Amino acid sequence: MSTETYPASPARPTIIKAVDLTRRFGPFTAVDHINLDIEEGDIFGFLGPNGSGKTTVIRMLCGLLRPTEGAAKVLGNDVTRDSEAVKRSIGYMSQQFSLYGDLSVMENLKFYAGIYGIPRRERAARIEEVINIVGIGDYRKQLALRLSGGWKQRLALACALVHRPKLMFLDEPTAGIDPVARRDLWNLLFDLAGQGVTFFVSTHYMDEAERCSHIGYIYYSKLIVYGTPSELKRMPEVTPDGAIRLELRAGQIAAAMRCLNTFPYVLDATIFADVVHVLTEEHTEQRIVDDLGRHGFPNASVQPIPATLEDVFVTLSREKERQRNA
Amino acid sequence: MLRGLYAIIYKESRHILRDPKTLFLMLVIPSLELTIFGYAVNLDVKNIPTVVYNLDGREASRKLIDTFVNTGYFQIRGEVGSDAELKRAIVAGKAKVGIKIPPDYTDTLLSGRKTQVQMLIDGSDSTSALQALNTGNAIAMLASLDILAETLGAAALPVEMRPRVLFNPDMKTANFMVPGLVGVIMQVVIMLLTAFAIVREKEQGTLEQLMVTPVSRLGLILGKLVPYGLVGIGETISVLLLMRFLFEVPIEGSLLYLAGFTLVFLFTTLSLGLLISTLTDNQIQALQFSFLILLPSFLLSGFMFPQETMPKVIYVIGQCVPATYFIHILRGIILRDAPIEALLPSGIVLACMGIAVITVATLRFHKTLA
Repeated sequence: MSTETYPASPARPTIIKAVDLTRRFGPFTAVDHINLDIEEGDIFGFLGPNGSGKTTVIRMLCGLLRPTEGAAKVLGNDVTRDSEAVKRSIGYMSQQFSLYGDLSVMENLKFYAGIYGIPRRERAARIEEVINIVGIGDYRKQLALRLSGGWKQRLALACALVHRPKLMFLDEPTAGIDPVARRDLWNLLFDLAGQGVTFFVSTHYMDEAERCSHIGYIYYSKLIVYGTPSELKRMPEVTPDGAIRLELRAGQIAAAMRCLNTFPYVLDATIFADVVHVLTEEHTEQRIVDDLGRHGFPNASVQPIPATLEDVFVTLSREKERQRNA
Repeated sequence: MLRGLYAIIYKESRHILRDPKTLFLMLVIPSLELTIFGYAVNLDVKNIPTVVYNLDGREASRKLIDTFVNTGYFQIRGEVGSDAELKRAIVAGKAKVGIKIPPDYTDTLLSGRKTQVQMLIDGSDSTSALQALNTGNAIAMLASLDILAETLGAAALPVEMRPRVLFNPDMKTANFMVPGLVGVIMQVVIMLLTAFAIVREKEQGTLEQLMVTPVSRLGLILGKLVPYGLVGIGETISVLLLMRFLFEVPIEGSLLYLAGFTLVFLFTTLSLGLLISTLTDNQIQALQFSFLILLPSFLLSGFMFPQETMPKVIYVIGQCVPATYFIHILRGIILRDAPIEALLPSGIVLACMGIAVITVATLRFHKTLA
């Protein structure tokens, strides 16, 4: 009995629906009227600087923290009224290692299987299942504290998966683990997403953000952008009409950037490793090279590039900062 | 309502068994404390070192010395030959008592006149001094009475006091102190163990992970209580065995009552540990907080000082710690074989305390943060 004239999107059910979700700690608003609509099978990447409210949002959606205002439904359950039902149906992996170091891999898994009330006769099979998913079979008897960072995260993932949750919350799961382990973990997430598990992943890494199906960016407690990576890169605020993005190479990159910022037609310039990403008016490619040449950077070269996610976040953050200060 | 109980019990037991060093310490430290304190807290005064300056040296004077020795309170460490030597022995700490018998002791007695025996007592140790003083007076009194009776030709003394000390006829301090010590040590060790078991999870961040699981509050709390309760039972048995066989304090009452009331006390103490863990964020805070209960347990529970003589306010504070009631029960069962009617009130107070505390602890223990 829908009153809508046409369905918003076909078939895929909504997994997380947050409406004006807000949390205040005294006078401080940690999360400010956030709206989310995450569908089954999404890998939602949640980005934002430290202290912007990422963990608070996750805690509210997991039923750990009550919203001050607004509401959220997770897998059809209200996070305030049915927080226990939410907890039964989700998996959660926090930033820091929060398993029992003095228990072995197997003991940790048995414990979580028990906590999630998996019937005794299914327990052994279910534990084997998650052991195979994360591939930790060789370490069954190893104490959890003796595992390397990557393996600890895999074990945490296995423990969070043991009750076959439809939705997984991962709070910075790859913070502080090595690049290979990071890549392996993400491949694992893709496999699981392919099987219909929905992921809500907070991260600082841009390359991880690029791999998500949807992205939200939270800045000073507000969700300032939300969409697929390609939608975000095409946002008019990121690359306004009549502007282009260039990648600039020059000898002394920091000095070159300071110089660029004095040119009236340059809208924005940011250093990325050994290059500068420049947002500038259309048809100024040659002018930039010439002007830099006159200011003592004879070897400068530019080429047009599409916006990256980092461009998106940097541009939007600066824009918000300007609005806050205005 | 008890969702996750078995899983928590399983996990806690693993923690305890994984760390045999801690388990060993948990079981051994109370016994060690009992042994050390049991010997240290001893108010019995026996064998007070004594020197004698006997100027008389005849039969009657030797008999007097024997009377001193036969009380068991004095031990003759030697004879001296001058007043100065007598004093020096006490100042130097060789003796706590000096007895000086005058040269005319026998003659004066025979002539029916009054004689004087001098007794020097080192007052710096008040317990021994008091004992020596009382015994000295009693000896003089008895000796005088004997002589009087002989002179008057009376066959027996008209009034004789026959004191009989019930329940601890030898007045052994150990019998009184050790059961109390059992109560106090159990209070300390079990409360801290339980408090630490939960606060540690807060420190390690594992509690947050648990809160996102469907484990129930009661399941989590009872799951923590049961394994530490078992450890507590093990500890109680070991200290009671020590009490019985090392300190030779006989258990007069029923072992069944002892076991029953001990379980009630363990429940109350474990609950207190839980409550502390809900009020604190780390182990240091938990330790500080426990002192609120530990010091009154030692000083105000009647373990060391009789509660009857305490000022009203202090007495009331003493009535708020579980150890007070448990010590009362322990002494009742172990020393006096007290009837159940006498023990039950304390037992009921303990049980009510336990239920109240665990209710507050469970209510305080939310599965949500802040």
